[in-house]
Amino acid sequence: MKILKLCLVLAASVLFIATGAAMAGETLDAVKARGFLKAGVNGDVYGFSMPDEKGVWKGLDVDTARAVAAAVFGDPSKVEFTALTAVQRLPALQSKEIDVLCRNTTQTLTRETTNGLNFCQVNYYDGQGFLVRKKLGVKSAKDLDGAAVCVLPGTTTEMNAADFFRANKLSWKPVVIEQASELNKAFFAGRCDALTSDASQLAAHRSVAPNPDDYVLLPEIISKEPLAPVVRHGDDQWYDIVNWVTMSLIEAEELGITSRNVDKMLESDNPKIKRLLGVTEGMGKALGLKDDCFYNVIKMVGNYGEVFERNVGPDTKLGLQRGLNALWTEGGLMYASPFR
Amino acid sequence: MSEAVEDTGYNPEAGILKPPVTNVGLVGWVRANLFNGWFNSILTVVTLWFLWKVVPPMVRWLFLDAVWTAGSEACRDASGACWSVITENIRFILFGFFPYDLQWRPLIAMFVLFGLLYYSQDRTHWKKSLLYAWILGLFAMGLLMRGGLFGLEPVDSNKWGGLPLTLLLSVFGLAAAYPLGVVLALGRQSTLPGVRWICIVYIEAIRGVPLISLLFMSAIIFPLFLPEGVTINKILRAQVAIILFTAAYIAEVVRGGLQGMSRGQYEAAESMGLNYYQTMRLVILPQALKIVIPPTVSILISAFKDTSLVVIIALYDILKTTKSVISDPEWLGFSREAYLFVALLYFLGCFSMSNYSRRLERELKTD
Repeated sequence: MKILKLCLVLAASVLFIATGAAMAGETLDAVKARGFLKAGVNGDVYGFSMPDEKGVWKGLDVDTARAVAAAVFGDPSKVEFTALTAVQRLPALQSKEIDVLCRNTTQTLTRETTNGLNFCQVNYYDGQGFLVRKKLGVKSAKDLDGAAVCVLPGTTTEMNAADFFRANKLSWKPVVIEQASELNKAFFAGRCDALTSDASQLAAHRSVAPNPDDYVLLPEIISKEPLAPVVRHGDDQWYDIVNWVTMSLIEAEELGITSRNVDKMLESDNPKIKRLLGVTEGMGKALGLKDDCFYNVIKMVGNYGEVFERNVGPDTKLGLQRGLNALWTEGGLMYASPFR
Repeated sequence: MSEAVEDTGYNPEAGILKPPVTNVGLVGWVRANLFNGWFNSILTVVTLWFLWKVVPPMVRWLFLDAVWTAGSEACRDASGACWSVITENIRFILFGFFPYDLQWRPLIAMFVLFGLLYYSQDRTHWKKSLLYAWILGLFAMGLLMRGGLFGLEPVDSNKWGGLPLTLLLSVFGLAAAYPLGVVLALGRQSTLPGVRWICIVYIEAIRGVPLISLLFMSAIIFPLFLPEGVTINKILRAQVAIILFTAAYIAEVVRGGLQGMSRGQYEAAESMGLNYYQTMRLVILPQALKIVIPPTVSILISAFKDTSLVVIIALYDILKTTKSVISDPEWLGFSREAYLFVALLYFLGCFSMSNYSRRLERELKTD
């Protein structure tokens, strides 16, 4: 009898989850009622999401979540960050433990469909590359025939590398090392000829090399890793909010609005700026927020360029160039749809 | 002093000769223990050579050439250990996300806990007043960690981390698991089939899965079954998983102790007219639990170390905060120092537990 009851409860809860697609507006209401946003982050990736020595979250993904909080509450500190592992991140979103996932997650077809998730505007275009010693004289990844390559196991990184070498009919010897810190020691100690990982990570590895100038990033990027904030299927309004807040960062950079000049920009005659900053009413209201929501985002978090420079740009320990993440007007892929 | 030796060692009147110098003292001990035969002599020489090769460089690396407080730049130039990875980040390693300005609160809470634990080791202190002290101490610790009363700023349990979290999970995990384990062991011995079967199923089911899978269930699958909007604190979920897991193991150890009791003890208690609870409380358990102190302590020790598995559900215990620090590019590559530091903390915890258990065994020895 007891077991029967338990089974019934279990079945009922499974049904509940299966059919419990969120009603539009539900997430926003829940977030507002709670008084803060719950965001899932990685926690181990410097420049994207990681606590500093005072325990304050820093990074590009962290700032994206802060921008959403700034739009909803007018206060970027109203976020509670939860560090999630790769396995945990999707269930955490599905079980509503978090409202938005900003955890360097690559947008793929099956993640959107099978896992019932929506990816918003991409906030970082990453891709897998190779780091080699300059002395090796290798100019292209296609010269890496027979090379020993250091790689982390169990990630798409390993599969991407295998695909690349097979497609180019090259032989390679993977040196698989579990820990990122050990991986980089092995590479600098000369146990492998090349190190492969996402380009943003390779930059971090290179920055701590005994002599960073001895190492060079090869030009080939062998995989596409568009990293984007993620929300659940079923609450379109919430999707719109996260999507357009992320776009507003890019739009602001394109229009030349920064956190410093945003107050002056309120008097601008440019209709695009007027609409974005809420001087012309309508944009914020359409999302179910206040009209000054994007003003708050830019004032408190900054535009995309500022966020990039602050967390991963040339002056940080990562020292990344804009590359694919430059505005479309400057040869990159960052392109915001019109705010109108 | 030399006179005293001569007095006892050589007495010409009694005709007693001192044994040859090669048989007594340091030389004698060395001959008897290290060079008594060619095989042992070789072993000794090899070991000494090995120590000579290993110890001086280790001391040099650990202490002499080590960098203690300078930044990571100085560390990369130094040939010794880089202890500044610990000293520069000590507050994050110890307290995690606890608001920086309020970190004195978990610090005091930890001292209160250590003080109470230290005071409780002495069995002459086991009186009613100790119970009140613990209740008061727990209240004070909870207040310091949570805040919200007496003008203390409230801190969400989400922000707990580092050493206080490890201590919370282990001290309360073990304290709650032990009585639960005893109850389960008694239940398994029970003559009531319902109680017995529930206990057997529970123990076998929990022992049949690794702790990792329990933690995963509590962190990932369990929330899916909760009704909309209801979330149970992550730390609490992990704590419950640890308690349930440890209790099942303790139950089996205690059952071993119960089975070690002779039938005569039960009969003696019965013949004195004691009922079940009195029999257990006054006669059986005090003896049975005493027998199983060593295996119980080894379970407690492994449970203490197992709390570090909460890393996989992204709770920032002391191991996770340390790992987080060494994935900062500034400190990338100083994992040895960081892990040594954490190992030292765990060793201190485990060693004091096993030390205390030996002391308890000694004190409780009746035969």
